[in-house]
Amino acid sequence: MTAFLTIIVLVLVAIAIWQMTKIFELSLIKVDNSQVANDTDNKNNGYLMVGFLIFIYWITFYCFWKYNKVLLPESASEHGYDYDQLMLITFVILFIVQALTQTLLHYFSYKYHGRAGQKALFYADNDRLEFIWTIIPVITLAALILYGLYTWTNIMDVNDEGDPLIVELYGQQFNWTARYGGNDNVLGEANVRLIDIDRSNVLGLDESDPNAGDDVIVKELHLPVGRKVNFKMRSQDVIHSAFMPQFRAQMNLLPGMITEFSFTPTITTAEMRLKPEIIDKVKRINKIRAEKAAKGEPNSDPWEYDFILLCNKICGKSHYNMQMKIIVETEEEFNKWMAEQKTFQDTMASTQ
Amino acid sequence: MSATAQAHVEDHADDHGHHHEQTFITKYIFSQDHKMISKQYMLTGLIMAIIGITMSMLFRMQLAWPGESFTIFEALLGKWAPDGVMDAEAYLALVTIHGTIMVFFVLTAGLSGTFSNLLIPLQIGARDMASPFLNMVAYWLFFLSSIIMVSSLFLEAGPAAAGWTIYPPLSALPMAQPGSGMGMTLWLISMAIFIASSLMGSLNFIVTTINLRTKGMSMTRLPLTVWAFMITAIVGVVSFPVLFSAVLLLIMDRSFGTSFFLSDIFIQGEVLHHDGGSPVLFEHLFWFLGHPEVYIVILPAMGIVSEILATNARKPIFGYRAMIASLLAIAFLSTIVWGHHMFISGMNPFLGSVFTFTTLLIAIPSAVKAFNWITTIWKGNLQLNPAMLFSIGMVSTFITGGLTGIIMGDSTLDINIHDTYFIIAHFHLVMGISAAYGALAGVYHWFPKMFGRMMNKNLGYVHFWITAVCSYGVFYPMHFVGLAGVPRRYYENTAFPMFDDLTNLQILITVFALVAGIAQLIFLYNFFHSIFYGKKAEANPWHATTLEWTTPVEHLHGNWPGEIPHVYRWPYDYSKTDENGEYIIPGQDFIPQTVPLQEDEEEMLH
Repeated sequence: MTAFLTIIVLVLVAIAIWQMTKIFELSLIKVDNSQVANDTDNKNNGYLMVGFLIFIYWITFYCFWKYNKVLLPESASEHGYDYDQLMLITFVILFIVQALTQTLLHYFSYKYHGRAGQKALFYADNDRLEFIWTIIPVITLAALILYGLYTWTNIMDVNDEGDPLIVELYGQQFNWTARYGGNDNVLGEANVRLIDIDRSNVLGLDESDPNAGDDVIVKELHLPVGRKVNFKMRSQDVIHSAFMPQFRAQMNLLPGMITEFSFTPTITTAEMRLKPEIIDKVKRINKIRAEKAAKGEPNSDPWEYDFILLCNKICGKSHYNMQMKIIVETEEEFNKWMAEQKTFQDTMASTQ
Repeated sequence: MSATAQAHVEDHADDHGHHHEQTFITKYIFSQDHKMISKQYMLTGLIMAIIGITMSMLFRMQLAWPGESFTIFEALLGKWAPDGVMDAEAYLALVTIHGTIMVFFVLTAGLSGTFSNLLIPLQIGARDMASPFLNMVAYWLFFLSSIIMVSSLFLEAGPAAAGWTIYPPLSALPMAQPGSGMGMTLWLISMAIFIASSLMGSLNFIVTTINLRTKGMSMTRLPLTVWAFMITAIVGVVSFPVLFSAVLLLIMDRSFGTSFFLSDIFIQGEVLHHDGGSPVLFEHLFWFLGHPEVYIVILPAMGIVSEILATNARKPIFGYRAMIASLLAIAFLSTIVWGHHMFISGMNPFLGSVFTFTTLLIAIPSAVKAFNWITTIWKGNLQLNPAMLFSIGMVSTFITGGLTGIIMGDSTLDINIHDTYFIIAHFHLVMGISAAYGALAGVYHWFPKMFGRMMNKNLGYVHFWITAVCSYGVFYPMHFVGLAGVPRRYYENTAFPMFDDLTNLQILITVFALVAGIAQLIFLYNFFHSIFYGKKAEANPWHATTLEWTTPVEHLHGNWPGEIPHVYRWPYDYSKTDENGEYIIPGQDFIPQTVPLQEDEEEMLH
């Protein structure tokens, strides 16, 4: 890291010094002070173009080599596999195009740098060439669009097939709440106008709705592995966005409207913690945190890997710390946990 | 108004002398001369850019070293940085105003305002804009809106802080955020005035281009700059009024209790009366401008780059007609892709499919442009002036940033990178840096025309290379931050241990950003020093063919001392040879547009 920075700074300083000396020389000799590029400028900048091309390639490979490990780990949801697949294919295509065009651009800039007596080719048009580079993007993009839309339609098709678990995600400045349908797996009606803080009806559930009584309201999201989850999302104040990057899932929450997203978790939290890449990541991060702890800095407790729900739409001062832990567990563990939770009815009864 | 208001196309014999005396005020302040107005736009844009870029350096420091105390924070932010530690509200205010200033005040008004004003009349052979008075009013409205926007920084409760997209309800409710009080009111007033200014300017550009072209200047003999400016103006006229309606409705919701965008809100212990509104409606209205806006920013840069590449490659632009067609296609498509900002907004997923389709279509004309630019420099005789370097740099960043647009524009892939640092990296490269390169290329290229002096080329080279390395250094690694799942507009990422291993990367990005920011001082020095002490320019220093270089170096009202030049050919007759391989004009590799076709010379069928 430090070495990398040093190299960059050295290169920049070298360029600066080289150019500064040139300015100095020019101001002494007072020849060719036209401020229009001459053959020497063309040659030098032509070489720098090649250097710059190498820099682009280098930063690409460096980033991939160095930062590949900080990227999101394998997806913990069913559709996430298709998502990652599509991302990979798109990336491969983009890198081919990027490598080709950047090479041509910078190589031509070097190869055809101006020289006295060199004649440019008067070449204004070529219908065939232009047809070729119109049709190639058309075909490539058509393929990407079709593939993308196929995946999109599958992901966004929120339906009730396969007995999905119904969960409400509720956003407010600056925390999350989750609500389960309870035994009947049906959410009771709710509206912000029914919120009664004094009686801790914080989500505004309609007490007269028979479906509401068995609803379970929690501050930590538990999901059974392998079962589809249909999220119904609601916000009480401003726009929030429920972002679950490890599941490749995101949907905005808007006051006055219910939005939906659906996915099937495929890996439990416990299984995830045993994956080699996660073990590595946790080790790496705990090392950083231990260093912080040694200096007495905050946010330095040892960390265990967890799935997480983040807010990803600017929502005010503490937007940066609006999160909820997600725990994916086996069906039995989930049922056991669920049985321990208080229902809405119980909560209301205890505050009467 | 003054005699300059009558710029006659057919006014050939008139020497257009102005016998009235210009006072300081009519010449430098309330000027109606398009060249002076262009300089006014440039200077205002430059000052706004300094403010906007400084802000970005401040919040980059906060991201790299969260919670650290800096004297400079205390000095610049005052009570917003108690003991030199930036406040979370201040962070949001900084990113909001940075976005607003850079998008609207620098890259829209600063770029279009400067170069459309300077080049449209000069390159089409007109004595001034169709309405110089309206042009003057447009500038002063822009100036007024800049003043209001900057003054909002000094409010007790702080400026607008809801992000530059100001989505309600956050922007509508002062209890949701202090910046949504007076700060947001000023933001909305400033933008309303800005839109009025932009409309006046744009209408003027369109009318001037259509009506005031000199004899022989057919639409297919227009330089690509003018085409780009005109199409930009049309896109602005189509889309800016929609932003105005969004702003107006938001003002109503905020101040008069209406419910266009608000419904079912419970905040700070009470239910608000608003009912039946939809924040999604605001998003539609906002992005109906918001998306065309990024093309309003990039199209002029494309025009400028096309012109500079051809001139400095000493070659005609490749595929002149395809370049115009792709400009038109991009402009048209830009107005029907806004929904790609809203894939996960709660909008019907089917609409998402439609917008994915139109969005990926826009890659086709963009690809055509990139390939045509590359072919333009193929087998050229490249004069690597600073303007040329910035133009090549623009093609490079436009490709790099544009390619990741294919990821963002795909509704599926957008799900997990929406609102992360990936989008920040994408749009800064494709529109921020690219448009800035276009603007800088324009400044280096037309500086001799604007100020009659040359900028120092060596300082230009140093400026370019540091900027080029740092731009990639900032935004290339930033894609990885986004792919790691880090959301944008986070004051710090320390609340999430999973992002702890990105700290080094954040520092790297910030170091590049700081170096890039400081390197712009080289440009500022070069710019202001050259205005007064630069080498005196010749009339046509770059040996270009277009009409602006046929005017005298000293500015005069009406542009040409004698009659307006006639045009006989397209603007890209560089290195044109006869059958024997000799230049048409012996010893000169360019043929100005004012030179009639020579005997036996074939006119390009463009």
